[in-house]
Amino acid sequence: MHEARGENRPSDTGAGRVGIVFVSHSARLAEGLVELASQMAPATRLIAAGGTADGRIGTSFDAVSAALREANTGRGVVVLCDLGSAILIAATARDFLDDEEREGVYIVDAPLVEGGVAAAVAAEGGADRLGVVAAAESARTSWTAPAVSAESGKSPTEAVMTAPVEAAPDIRYARTVTLINVSGLHARPAAEFVRLANTFPAKVTVNGKDAKSLLSIMGLALVAGATAEIVSADASGQEAVDALADLVESGFGEERA
Amino acid sequence: MSLDATWVVEWMRHSARVLAENRAELGTLDREIGDGDHGENMDRGFIAVLSELDAIPDDATPGEVLRRAAMTLISTIGGAAGPLYGTALLKASDAVGSETQLDGASIVALLRAARDGIVLRGKAEVGEKTMVDSWTPAVDAASSAEGAGESPAGILRAAAEAGSAGAEATEPLIARKGRASYLGERAIGHRDPGAQSTALILHAAADAARNA
Repeated sequence: MHEARGENRPSDTGAGRVGIVFVSHSARLAEGLVELASQMAPATRLIAAGGTADGRIGTSFDAVSAALREANTGRGVVVLCDLGSAILIAATARDFLDDEEREGVYIVDAPLVEGGVAAAVAAEGGADRLGVVAAAESARTSWTAPAVSAESGKSPTEAVMTAPVEAAPDIRYARTVTLINVSGLHARPAAEFVRLANTFPAKVTVNGKDAKSLLSIMGLALVAGATAEIVSADASGQEAVDALADLVESGFGEERA
Repeated sequence: MSLDATWVVEWMRHSARVLAENRAELGTLDREIGDGDHGENMDRGFIAVLSELDAIPDDATPGEVLRRAAMTLISTIGGAAGPLYGTALLKASDAVGSETQLDGASIVALLRAARDGIVLRGKAEVGEKTMVDSWTPAVDAASSAEGAGESPAGILRAAAEAGSAGAEATEPLIARKGRASYLGERAIGHRDPGAQSTALILHAAADAARNA
């Protein structure tokens, strides 16, 4: 059951990036999450620590301890856990690390799957440990997005999409583009989009949502054929908006819808 | 009168025996409000401690025995009980340092440190239907008994009895921590399995001291 953990990756995978550990009661859940997040963060060191040493449902102190060491790239380790005792095991394992190793390990209280994917994409983009933690924590509030507003009958996402644009400052720069690729602004394309957005200092929004947050972008649920208004009100924002709009129009290297 | 490393070794052996005997009962309690593996996990952990005891040198201090038992429990129990009991014994080990003879005050310090370790690790307070509901009355009773001039064996007996009463008193509570907290009011009427295993371990400590 441990083939999926580490051995099939070169040991220098993730050098220079924050490492991430997924602790789950289920080995398959942890390994599945590595598989899922690897798709969007192929160069990040993602380590699964799921199940007990003898393959049952549970968490293993020894497996988690080994994973914390394996994930240590020197830039810090962010840990996401499923249920309560996984957090207890992870916290205990961290306490037993050397002082120097322990300093870099941060256990995040966030939804495992959404937070884990967001953390992996942030790490892939070169975020530091606090940036990766913030990305994971953003998953806590992403749950509120799909709720349908009783007044308008529209989800907040739709409401944002159709809301009139607020009084625009003079420097506001916007481009409206259409999603032409099969999967729209979802999964890998969304990750690529967010990674590019994070390379610019300017604040950019897509249909009112933060272009640098994977969960916000994925929450827009922009499918093929949808339009995206990419906006920046920052003085240096034009370059970012153009790069992102060009990326969308390129179709992300995917088949056209 | 004081207790030495032999008492700690006997405490662990008595714990292993009583947890094996109560494996099914703890499993039943845990199935009612948790995931059902507490009896099995505790038994597995203490079987591993028994093997570890065989490897401990004769001149080991009480603190060393506690530390080795703690590390074994953390590695082998799995589930929340591993880090909780492991941290408890580790803090107990720190509390007695390199002492070779434990008097009443040291016994109280040992129990208090164990309880504090569990609170630190699990972030639970009294009244949340956890093992803390057994540990805290036990520590309070031990402290009172020590103040009244009881022997270490008498202190441990007082702690065990208060721990049992505390475990029983978890029955009407709503759980605020762990898997049982998902059940809300459905947890009412069931004894917390962690509080019950704590009571068993505290009785094992008292029984080990009786023959010391």
